[in-house]
Amino acid sequence: MNYHWNWSVLLQQVATGENSTYLGWIAHGFVITAMLTLVAWLLALALGTFFGVMRTLPGRWPRFVGMSYVSIFRNVPLIVQFFIWYFVVPELLPKAMGDAIKNLDPTVQFFVTSVFALGVYTGSRICEQLRAGIQALARGQVHAALALGFTRAQMYRHIILPQVFRRILPPLTSEFLIISKNSAVASTIGLLELSGQARQLVDYTAQPYESFIMVTLAYVALNFLILQLMSGVRRHFARPGLMGE
Amino acid sequence: MSSFDFSALWSARAILADGAWITLKVTLVAIACGIAFGTLLAVFAVVKVRALNVFARAYVSLFRSIPLVMLLLWFFLIVPQLLKAVFDLSPSVDIRLVSAMVGFSMLEAAFFSEIIRAGILGLPVGQFQAAHSLGMTNLQAFRHIILPQAFRAMLPIMLTQCIVIFQDTSLVYVIALGDFFSDAVRIGERDGTVVQMLLFAGFVYWVVCVLLSGIVTLLRGRLKSA
Repeated sequence: MNYHWNWSVLLQQVATGENSTYLGWIAHGFVITAMLTLVAWLLALALGTFFGVMRTLPGRWPRFVGMSYVSIFRNVPLIVQFFIWYFVVPELLPKAMGDAIKNLDPTVQFFVTSVFALGVYTGSRICEQLRAGIQALARGQVHAALALGFTRAQMYRHIILPQVFRRILPPLTSEFLIISKNSAVASTIGLLELSGQARQLVDYTAQPYESFIMVTLAYVALNFLILQLMSGVRRHFARPGLMGE
Repeated sequence: MSSFDFSALWSARAILADGAWITLKVTLVAIACGIAFGTLLAVFAVVKVRALNVFARAYVSLFRSIPLVMLLLWFFLIVPQLLKAVFDLSPSVDIRLVSAMVGFSMLEAAFFSEIIRAGILGLPVGQFQAAHSLGMTNLQAFRHIILPQAFRAMLPIMLTQCIVIFQDTSLVYVIALGDFFSDAVRIGERDGTVVQMLLFAGFVYWVVCVLLSGIVTLLRGRLKSA
């Protein structure tokens, strides 16, 4: 293969007249990917907690709602969900709202759509982990809390969830890493995050290897940052006096 | 939203069937090659040869740290050049299809190897010692004693992974390969029925995955009772 390597192309001014280099485009993509990952993960955590708790409540209806949520969002491919959030949801909303969404700045619309698609999808996975975590907890915890006169909400807030979150921290970290990788699907609806920039750079520079290598390294760096962040979280919430904490 | 026009769906059935066939081909090749290569990697990871351990670990962490979208773009960049360099590329070969198959096979090998490795490590150590004391070579021990048990223990998880692969193949959209999902989008854009086609595609994936998951759950129960 006679490929002409040219790393300096990354430092050239971009051809669109913007005041940026191609490396600057990649850096911008990195910031978008990092922001998308973080916001979508927080949404997934909130949704996963809400529906995960619902699946453990007594009574048929909360369980049915929780199960439906998991069934719908785990059994449809992520890219299909992205397209449905982008093309279908604005059509199903009341007309004024749908039009308002379509008139948003495209970048904002891409970003918000991606947050919902990634967050709701990943929430369905976290929901299952949380449910398993709650069900693995000793029944005595629940009985003790009820015997002490806790309401159900107080029991979840003070007894169950703190223990479960500590226990499912490793799978939550994996979900954080997975969401950072899944965020690349956002490029298919037009968001210029890292992999979107990778494809744009190929079109502009005709140096695919340089741009793909840089973007791949950027994802590896993001994985590293997430692992650092989560080990900080783990240390902050660790119970003192336990081996391995 | 206008009501669903089923006649549009019916007239597009040939294209959709073609797309579904591509989806199926990529899925099956990824499963077959992924399990074959993944088994090899799992054996590499557990034998007492340091170089093989390092190779298996490096392979798995490399493929697991790159987003699938980037991986497909990488393979669509590299595979056509390799094909050109190694073979006389006949124009009838669909390089998008080959790139997708190679990319998914290599990625899924990483995932299957992790599953199979866990299956091997879950076996009692006496299994290996018993095989050796019966005079079996390492190869025979893996072939007749270790791997069959590891596969049986991990069967439900491997089948679940197959469902994940089936869903993930829809990402070949990024290299413009006409699978079921891409064809649905293309027809929707052509006829102005994107909303309906997307809901239809999502529904089809949902039905297939729910049915397959149901089968896995049944199997899990049967394995447990056996």
